[in-house]
Amino acid sequence: MATLSAAELAQQAAKYEPVIGLEVHVQLNTATKIFCGCPTAFGAPPNSQTCPVCLGLPGALPVLNREAVRKAVLAALGLGCTVNEVSIFARKNYFYPDLPKGYQISQYDRPLAEHGSLFVDARDAHGRPTGGTKTIGITRLHLEEDAGKSLHEGFPDSETFSYVDLNRSGVPLIEIVSEPDMRSPEEAHEYVTRLKQIMLYLDVSDCNMEEGSLRCDANVSLRLRGSERFGTKAEIKNLNSFRFLQRALEFEILRQAEILESGGRVVQETRLYNAAEGRTYSMRSKEEAHDYRYFPEPDLPPLVVSAAAREEIAAKMPELPRAKRERLMAQYGLAAYDAEVLTATQALADYFEAAATGSAHPKAVANWIMGELAAHMNATGETLATIKIQPAHVAQLAALIAEGTISGKMAKEVFARMAATGEPPAAAVAALGLKQESDPAALRALVAQVLAAHPQQAAQYRAGKTALLGFFVGQVMKASRGQANPALVNQLLQEALA
Amino acid sequence: MKIDRATVAHIAALANLELGEAEMAAMERDLASILEYVAQLDQLELSGVEPMAQVAAPNAAPGDRARDDRPRVWFTAEEAVANAPQAGGGCFKVPRVIQPAS
Repeated sequence: MATLSAAELAQQAAKYEPVIGLEVHVQLNTATKIFCGCPTAFGAPPNSQTCPVCLGLPGALPVLNREAVRKAVLAALGLGCTVNEVSIFARKNYFYPDLPKGYQISQYDRPLAEHGSLFVDARDAHGRPTGGTKTIGITRLHLEEDAGKSLHEGFPDSETFSYVDLNRSGVPLIEIVSEPDMRSPEEAHEYVTRLKQIMLYLDVSDCNMEEGSLRCDANVSLRLRGSERFGTKAEIKNLNSFRFLQRALEFEILRQAEILESGGRVVQETRLYNAAEGRTYSMRSKEEAHDYRYFPEPDLPPLVVSAAAREEIAAKMPELPRAKRERLMAQYGLAAYDAEVLTATQALADYFEAAATGSAHPKAVANWIMGELAAHMNATGETLATIKIQPAHVAQLAALIAEGTISGKMAKEVFARMAATGEPPAAAVAALGLKQESDPAALRALVAQVLAAHPQQAAQYRAGKTALLGFFVGQVMKASRGQANPALVNQLLQEALA
Repeated sequence: MKIDRATVAHIAALANLELGEAEMAAMERDLASILEYVAQLDQLELSGVEPMAQVAAPNAAPGDRARDDRPRVWFTAEEAVANAPQAGGGCFKVPRVIQPAS
């Protein structure tokens, strides 16, 4: 195969439309495992959170964790899924050392929930948002148990042995399978980003990718643009960050386009993403067909979620990011971009709302939170939970600026002091001696004083040299030691010079 | 479903079993006879019947057979691996699963 330049590869790929579907595994943040009472805390010494059930010892029986069901149902409802009143646990049989029972308890032909959807930005063929909305279908959402963890590196005899830690064995997971509705790596990236945001809003998972509590596999195939038929897909695993997901897809699209362009055929296979090299590799597995021989789990009764139970869970559904964005735009007159930024997390949205409620200047409040406050947290590593500035103080600060008590420039100084001391803005203004002079009488006196001191310039101004206004403003500001309200000074000078 | 030698070999491979010629033949016979026995069900008119997924608690009796999300301690790390053929670093040790990165 001839080696092509990056530009040639991209041009080649542009003829094809990527078809992408994602399978996302989300660890539920319950206190205990799905079928036993072992704790789920991350980072405990190996095998210290185990019992006969999650070690797969003979005779041990699983008992379902009610809270795992509640969180899974909440997640399903949050994604607009239909929750099946009866779903069935099934055994998925395969051999791997981190799966001590020889099967994973999952759900197969009767999953907990189906037919959901998630909204992303509509994009053009170049992956750029068009301003519209696109629906990504969610095929199914089911409950299952996690496997343990195999450690292949890092021990003196890692050449010959793998090490197995079963603390993760039995941790509850939901698997969320999308329809093959995504058409670009950017769209796939947005899908998982929004999915994660919804899971965080629902508090069903901490979605920590480094700790593996959100994991993603991607199915990707190409077809000629305009074609209806799907091409042969490859499954990419090991995508443990959103950035890797996007890069792996970008690589895979170029790889498949090159194969198709040279008259070859894409092989249906599982490929592993190697982040260090930025490419995917065929996962050399034993030539065994994937035959999991699913059958209903005889040790667990069918899972019943009655309409009443479902309604009880639905009643506690928080406002989700999309609805919140739209409400913030309508209620506070925010731009779409600002609403997006402020709803990034539930905590940030709550902070904004606490500040903006009752404020006459919600947009200014939004700007201070997205600007100075965000910069302050970035610089200091503080969070909304630790910062000293109260939401009400941000609103008060915006009011002081709007009333002309302080200038925007002074406000930055005031803000810095508020961040350091936690004082309300009025106290910070007083402490800094920064109060802006907005009293017309006091300013008129200053204006008169300045005009009296510069009769020549005043005469020139009146003769038409109006560019001198700036000079007078400067003089008045100087006379006020920088505290005069510039807008008011401008106005009063023009009156006095008329 | 028809059981032939190839099916037996496939199932044995999936089950990690190494069967000799004689065992394969016996298995083929036994599996066929089991399927034949169960196939009697095909004579029944079951189109309107929900498949039963579990014997102990069929669909008709939902009940709440779940537990609360309260942690409890069971094994210590030492106890967990006490009966393992090989252990080290608190982990179960097994023959290396994947090829060393080359």
